[in-house]
Amino acid sequence: MNGAVDGAVSAPASAADVAAYTPVCALDRLPREAGVCALVDGHAVAVFRTHDDEVFALGNYDPFSRASVLARGIVGTRGDVPFVASPMHKQGFDLRTGQCLDDAAVRVPTYDVAVRDGTVLVGPARESPGEGP
Amino acid sequence: MSPHLRRTLVVVGHGMVGHRFVQAAIERGLTETHDVVVVGEEPRPAYDRVALTSFFEVGAEALSFLPTGEYDDPRVRLLLGTTVEEVDPAARTLRLSDGGELAYDELVLATGAAPFVPPVPGHDLPGCFVYRTIEDLEAIREAAAGARTGAVVGGGLLGLEAANALHGLGLETHVVEMAPRLMPVQVDDAGGATLARHVEALGLRLHTGVATKAVVERDGRAAGLDLGDASDGLSVGADVVVFSAGIRPRDALARAAGLDVAERGGVLVDEQCRTSDPHVWAVGECAVPGGRMYGLVAPGYAMAEVVVDALLGGAGAFTGADMSTKLKLMGVDVASFGDAFATTDGALELVLADAVAGVYKKLVVSEDGRRLLGGILVGDASAYGVLRPMVSSGIELPDNPEELILPASRGGGAEVALPDEAQVCSCNDVSKADIVAAAACDGTTRAGATCGSCKPLVKRVIEEYYASQGRTVDRSLCEHFAMTRQELFDAVAVHGHTSFDEVVAAHGTGRGCDVCKPTVASVLASQLGRHVLGGGRAVLQDTNDAYLANIQRNGTYSVVPRVPGGEITPDGLIVIGEVARDFGLYTKITGGQRIDLFGARLEQLPDIWRRLVDAGFESGHAYGKSLRTVKSCVGSTWCRYGVQDSVRMAIDLELRYRGLRSPHKLKGGVSGCARECAEARAKDFGIIATEKGWNLYVGGNGGATPAHARLLAGDLDDETLVRYLDRFLLYYIRTADRLQRTAPWIDSLDGGLDRVREVVVDDALGLGSELEAAMARHVTGYRDEWRDTLEDPDKLARFVSFVNAPDVPDPHIGFRAERGQQVPAEPDGPVVLGSAIPVGVPR
Ligand SMILES: Cc1cc2nc3c(=O)[nH]c(=O)nc-3n(C[C@H](O)[C@H](O)[C@H](O)COP(=O)(O)OP(=O)(O)OC[C@H]3O[C@@H](n4cnc5c(N)ncnc54)[C@H](O)[C@@H]3O)c2cc1C
Ligand code: SF4
Ligand code: FES
Repeated sequence: MNGAVDGAVSAPASAADVAAYTPVCALDRLPREAGVCALVDGHAVAVFRTHDDEVFALGNYDPFSRASVLARGIVGTRGDVPFVASPMHKQGFDLRTGQCLDDAAVRVPTYDVAVRDGTVLVGPARESPGEGP
Repeated sequence: MSPHLRRTLVVVGHGMVGHRFVQAAIERGLTETHDVVVVGEEPRPAYDRVALTSFFEVGAEALSFLPTGEYDDPRVRLLLGTTVEEVDPAARTLRLSDGGELAYDELVLATGAAPFVPPVPGHDLPGCFVYRTIEDLEAIREAAAGARTGAVVGGGLLGLEAANALHGLGLETHVVEMAPRLMPVQVDDAGGATLARHVEALGLRLHTGVATKAVVERDGRAAGLDLGDASDGLSVGADVVVFSAGIRPRDALARAAGLDVAERGGVLVDEQCRTSDPHVWAVGECAVPGGRMYGLVAPGYAMAEVVVDALLGGAGAFTGADMSTKLKLMGVDVASFGDAFATTDGALELVLADAVAGVYKKLVVSEDGRRLLGGILVGDASAYGVLRPMVSSGIELPDNPEELILPASRGGGAEVALPDEAQVCSCNDVSKADIVAAAACDGTTRAGATCGSCKPLVKRVIEEYYASQGRTVDRSLCEHFAMTRQELFDAVAVHGHTSFDEVVAAHGTGRGCDVCKPTVASVLASQLGRHVLGGGRAVLQDTNDAYLANIQRNGTYSVVPRVPGGEITPDGLIVIGEVARDFGLYTKITGGQRIDLFGARLEQLPDIWRRLVDAGFESGHAYGKSLRTVKSCVGSTWCRYGVQDSVRMAIDLELRYRGLRSPHKLKGGVSGCARECAEARAKDFGIIATEKGWNLYVGGNGGATPAHARLLAGDLDDETLVRYLDRFLLYYIRTADRLQRTAPWIDSLDGGLDRVREVVVDDALGLGSELEAAMARHVTGYRDEWRDTLEDPDKLARFVSFVNAPDVPDPHIGFRAERGQQVPAEPDGPVVLGSAIPVGVPR
């Protein structure tokens, strides 16, 4: 579900799997500690890059505000958790698991993501979000 | 109750207490059953007499308790400039100076007191004055304009205040006091001596233990005071003489009507403040409950409440009052409270005198040393706030009571926990429990609203309460920065940081969050004056700042072009209308006199801006924590009442401060005359035209915690106005907490508005030119953020719906129609493009 920039991959995905992923943009288009929204198989997916160049993907839809906005949130850390704050009402979401940090009952979908040759690729939604590396 | 059963209540005197009486009558519902007629002799509605001296700085308007000239309650009628000449208690009628008559059911005398003028020869010469009303001060100011010397007869609390004022008007000033020391009623000999040293050091000439024999005359005017036997010829020159030798209750009406009066003057009243006639009441300085005169406003307020209560059938009683006083004269603190002269049997005195520091402090404690009975503080009255309530509540003293008055550097500064019933604000009789109860529901009390001396204690009580509730008064920004916004601001300035990475590496931990990142961005923007989206700073911004528009509930944005001062041409209106029509935007007029265009999708923003920018518009910064608008009325250009060009001033100010990043949004307003149609006093900075220039008000806030702006300085010319505003805004930007608006910021400063005035007007910190220079940099560095974005392909690249499908609208965004415009229609859950048809058709 997350990929480090070229090389230091922390969640290795097989080459065959990655070949089926959707390329969404050049890594350059994704600034550190920011997100972009990508269209992946009809789904709005928020792709984030952290300070230490890990890349994560969550559903862009914010279940609290019912708007498609998470990619526009501020990225940072809560404790050791890399997170995004919804730009609407500031609920935090763990970038690794999609778990809402302010409401244990809420979780948004996560997607496989990889970076190959400077391109960010998004794979399928993970079945059971949250089983991190 | 049907109208013919309504009763008539007449109040004689619209001074401080008369006004409080009417306020209480309205608040407690007395006007449901009574029509209230207030007859006031002075030409203007009640004003803050306690703050009379500030008239010289801020003018009459700022002192007014009723700037609009009327109460909100239509059942209260004010007859100003009218004197009651006679009362007939048998017929229950009054005769007025305009020849009219009034009938009453209940009569409240609130006629106050008049200065006592000793009948020395020459006391009524031109050039002799008293110090009681705004008219008195106007006359004194006029006389001082052509004078060189002045003298005040009377070295009491008011006399010193008057002397200070004469000194401030540029006169060489003498103070003549018959008693052997200054402020004989409040301080003892040693305290008086300390006070005298302070007062002399400030340039006043003192003559204590000296009686005034006569006013010396020259050319039919006062020219000096004769202070001794003609033989020794002791006299002082004085072109202006002010008598401040005590006050006498104004009891003439009551006396003539046959009501009981005290031997030494004053209308005698019982505990309910009822006179010897059951339908006549007396409150304030004209009344002497139990024969005792109280020359302070707080007891008068208490009496007013008691009478309202009695008229409502209550049993409230006035049983005496705290006579504590605290004043600050030219920076010299003087306070006297409780049994200051140790008249209680066996009372002990604990004295700290430091002639070098000019401090004299005395505590009067009970024989067993357990209770504080009173005290005197001269030179440093910082302990007053804690000590006075200790007297009224009788709480036990700590083991080493001297620690209460020792300077902190010598082991002092002891903190004492106040009991709940301790009266914290004596002016308004507010206890610690009242304050805590109000704080618990985020409310406020009247504490601090009158003389202000209790404010530091009020603040402490509130902070202690919050701390006890675990609502930490920890002012850390967030988990990443253990510092306040101000500390961060200073750190950034000192170290010259230009990026969040530098700031967090040097002063923080972790990688930041939605709290600290926008704060750092705002601080950097204030200091760097560069584009908010440049240099990687876009990622620090809240979405509104990051996309230069305001996010709305469905993830679309609203767009507000700047309309400076609310002035717009027909062509400008047409362009905005065409843009809205072409992009299908919902339009609404804002409270800030401009037009908000709603429903723009992220990817549409650049196209919308381009159209607007091409037509000469720019960003209105409706999104940022920054200057929003400067609202104006039409002013002297059109309005028949206008005295200044409020529109031009509003435009100038809006263009000057546009783009200024601040701890919270900032709004301004300019009205062309005192009618205040622009509602400027509801703004962070409000400007109201006067005949002579502009009055500058600060700290007005709308929103959930409304606050009226208060006068910072009056009758300013354009240039001074702008200079003060530059300083005020930057002082706020540099020192306020995150998301702290101007009103709470001012309250949080030690000294409140006075502190702001010291820094902004008096330039007490010597920061003035630095702040002005910083503002000048802002003004020259300003660039329209929309235009900059349009010109920069890198910045523009972010304005897409999908990074890999920039032209495909996000299917989550839908609209429906309402009253002929489109409004958001939210989906029930995530929408998958292709599998569902979005609601409505985004254009
Ligand atoms: C310079 C100065 C500084 C002061 N500082 C302090 C301080 O620090 N703390 C403090 O507690 N107190 C202070 N005082 C005292 C305080 O101002 C008074 O206690 C307070 O104003 C009393 O209120 P009042 O309504 O009884 O009288 P006033 O405020 O004097 O009001 C009486 C009103 O009645 C009117 N009136 C009188 N007779 C008639 C009539 N027949 N018909 C119609 N109208 C009539 C008068 O014109 C006047 O407007 C100060 C006073 C002065 C002058
Ligand atoms: S504030 Fe004065 S000048 Fe402005 S519109 Fe109102 S009446 Fe006219
Ligand atoms: S003690 Fe004067 S306002 Fe509180």
